[in-house]
Amino acid sequence: MEQHILYTIAAILSVAIFTFLWRDNPFYKFAEHLVVGVSAGYFVVILVTTSLIPKLLDPAKRVLAGASTTLLDPLVVIPAILGLLLFTRFIPKYAWISRIPIAYILGVGSGAAIPLVLQTYVIQQIYPTMTLFQPGSFNGTGALVNNILILGAVLCGLAYFFFSARHEGVIGGMSKAGIWILMIGFGASFGYTVMSRISLLYGRVDFLVFEWAGPLVRLISG
Amino acid sequence: MAGTRGFQLERHLVFLLIFLAVLVPLFLPAPKTVRVTPEVKSVYDRIEGLQAGEIVMLPCEYDPSMAAEMSPMTMAVLRQCFRKDLRVLVTCLVSNGVSLVESELRQMAEEWGRKYGEDYVYLGYKPYPGIVIMAMGEDFRVPFPTDYYNTPLDEIPMMKGVKNYQNVALVLTINSTSGIDYWIIYGTGRYKFPLACASTAVMAPNYYNYLQSGQLFGLIGGLRGAAEYEQLVGHPGKAVKGMLVQSVSHILIVALILLGNVIFIVERRRRRS
Repeated sequence: MEQHILYTIAAILSVAIFTFLWRDNPFYKFAEHLVVGVSAGYFVVILVTTSLIPKLLDPAKRVLAGASTTLLDPLVVIPAILGLLLFTRFIPKYAWISRIPIAYILGVGSGAAIPLVLQTYVIQQIYPTMTLFQPGSFNGTGALVNNILILGAVLCGLAYFFFSARHEGVIGGMSKAGIWILMIGFGASFGYTVMSRISLLYGRVDFLVFEWAGPLVRLISG
Repeated sequence: MAGTRGFQLERHLVFLLIFLAVLVPLFLPAPKTVRVTPEVKSVYDRIEGLQAGEIVMLPCEYDPSMAAEMSPMTMAVLRQCFRKDLRVLVTCLVSNGVSLVESELRQMAEEWGRKYGEDYVYLGYKPYPGIVIMAMGEDFRVPFPTDYYNTPLDEIPMMKGVKNYQNVALVLTINSTSGIDYWIIYGTGRYKFPLACASTAVMAPNYYNYLQSGQLFGLIGGLRGAAEYEQLVGHPGKAVKGMLVQSVSHILIVALILLGNVIFIVERRRRRS
């Protein structure tokens, strides 16, 4: 019975969201606000229970109980202080202090990301394109045609974004081909996007028909 | 104003048609077969080739809004892992999906009679996925001193001798977020473990280049990928059933695009004349 009640609430909220397809209305607004509120609340609870309590409050409790000295660990103390300094954003007079933890976050983030991003997004992507025609790197005519297409598409795509020369002659032809390559890519993305959205609609309709309405009708009809 | 009203009615008619295109096929029989693509087969074969007892890591990163597309993948992969007596290590680096992933994991474990702590472990959520992924490369205990249920990892039998990615056979991230990029950059980019991804259909085209470069060994894209996997596992479910819905909806959308273009061309000619 409890499940039927929960599913009925979910069904009502799903239908409330769908009413936006007719026009904006209070039912849709209510459901939308509820989603945002519940998501934010859930996020805060998860963050507190999985991070703040085990990483900071529990060690603090143990220190206060005299059972440990974990809180004196620099790996706990320094992040805790930096975290607290972020809250100075709310005091205009001391807001500048929050730049210290922000700078730390940016520094660590950049330090970790820049070499790895360059490695994974650039070097490891260029390498297979450069070695497409190495002996043993492909087998069969189909693979060879694919490799020619990939290399041609990469060069034409790059030519389209190459603004240091006029797009005339060979560069012009390549950049025109590059536009087509990009359009084909966008087309594939659009097709996949349609598929994704239909999947989500299918999920909701399947829920409404088979998980909510069906069992409810069976329950009512005894 | 009349024109606007006409447009409104047309729009609503399109919505109604799409709704019917999704609803009607639900009552028709599901397709018998789905053609399996190499990128999905690659994931299946890799897991199928593992020995009983090896650990598969499944970072499941999606929330309820994406469950329709992602859950069938998770269920199909878990079904294969448990059928092969593989051990499963699951994380969820998306805060709003923590309970959802946990319930799906528990449901599949109960179905196969698998025991928590011996056959599977759920580490749960920690913020900042990039940092967590890098920290797990050193030791799972750095970001996750305890599992989702607050049991220290050292007290969990399955985690004995399991330190970091070197102790897992492969990582398959089932992901509806940009977290896949984190797994590519901070995960396999730095620690060089075998990585595959299962993504939403919207995201799938973005990851084919990583497949071609060898940074990913496989890719399960959207509900279609999930349907292929369900078929490979030999347990057709919601995803396979959804393929008929997809086909009918796509035919309708293509027809509507063509109709829209015809109307546009006719209107333009009429205005010119």
